[in-house]
Amino acid sequence: MYSFNYARVKSVAEAAAALAKGEDVKLLAGGQSLIATMKLRLSKPSDLIDLGTVAELRGIKVEGGTVTIGAMMRHAEVAASAEVKKAIPALAALAGSIADRQIRNMGTIGGSVAHNDPSADYPAALVGLGATVQTNKRKIAADDFFKGMFETALQAGEIITAVSFPAPKRAAYMKFKNPASRYAIVGVFVAETAAGVRVAVTGAAPGVFRVPEMEKALAAKFAPESVANIKIPDKGLNSDIHAKADYRAHLVTVMAKRAVEAALRG
Amino acid sequence: MTVKVSMTVNGKAVSAEVEERTLLVNYIRENLRLTGTHVGCDTAQCGACTVHMDGRAIKSCNIVAMQAEGADILTIEGVAKPDGTLNTMQEAFREHHALQCGFCTPGMVLSAMDLVKNFPDPSEREIREQLDGNLCRCTGYHNIVKAIKAAAATMRG
Repeated sequence: MYSFNYARVKSVAEAAAALAKGEDVKLLAGGQSLIATMKLRLSKPSDLIDLGTVAELRGIKVEGGTVTIGAMMRHAEVAASAEVKKAIPALAALAGSIADRQIRNMGTIGGSVAHNDPSADYPAALVGLGATVQTNKRKIAADDFFKGMFETALQAGEIITAVSFPAPKRAAYMKFKNPASRYAIVGVFVAETAAGVRVAVTGAAPGVFRVPEMEKALAAKFAPESVANIKIPDKGLNSDIHAKADYRAHLVTVMAKRAVEAALRG
Repeated sequence: MTVKVSMTVNGKAVSAEVEERTLLVNYIRENLRLTGTHVGCDTAQCGACTVHMDGRAIKSCNIVAMQAEGADILTIEGVAKPDGTLNTMQEAFREHHALQCGFCTPGMVLSAMDLVKNFPDPSEREIREQLDGNLCRCTGYHNIVKAIKAAAATMRG
């Protein structure tokens, strides 16, 4: 790991001030991707601003059918939250399927969303549920937030403070995971929401994406057979040692079908 | 540059000047000389470096020591009673011969303690799923699973 300066902050305002001091200043949430990247010398921040003690980034609130999760909430906390389990069981289950237990005890929703790993689970939940990312400056719809591999709509000095999820009528997430890393080779989040049916895919492409054809078919009839014969083109999909593009395309259909089945089971 | 880090390890207050980039596992092994916490893969996959931070199992190779500032850390050296009496999980590992070479064992025990806290009556399937952050290169999983199931039963009383 390259050397860096370390600072702890107590508030979002303090973090924003520290972030403004240089281009290579980075925020440290749980660090489960960032520290690993730094150990491989793929990332070289000049300063790390640790958000571990920022109380205002903690907490889970349920108000009027919306679940708001503070950016520094750990995956294990979201998975175990009685409120999340009650309002959006699919979201609690997704959080409980990220990586392994030790990583879930450190990793945070804000960190995962800001990192936007193409194989991460949370982006599928945000886009699948039509969530809103709240920052210290504005609110950003999930559809506008994720910009492809490791890229987001976040601007310099912008800090994620929370993510708000409208509770759907029903939803489920199914992933075909890499057995070693537990990352999604393909993960599909299906939700029947007040604003219509949403189908979001992670792991398959350089970034999370929706499948309008499946959404249309499920809006007409929310049943597994509605998506069973919808194939997505493999052009532009990820292709690596774990799965070729055509296999990933195939998995999108299979995982979508299973997600619909799971959503109907409730 | 260095920075002062302070925490409680196995009930004892400790403090040192370390480089900011010092990983928690290196602080534990090299500064505190508590070498029961192992470095296996050094990429947050194998779980040999598992310790408890404020009661939660974490991988100490994947955080910097400063992230544990002010925290309560438990390593394998702090699990048994001071007189050497093994705790319930350690005793179950001994009883069921849940180790072969022993390299993964400290991480397995600490991970298993956290597992049973969250799943007081785990099924074999739950144990296997929830233990996926710990790898045993001897593939001694069968007896590890048995030991955890037995320890959970003992803890339930």
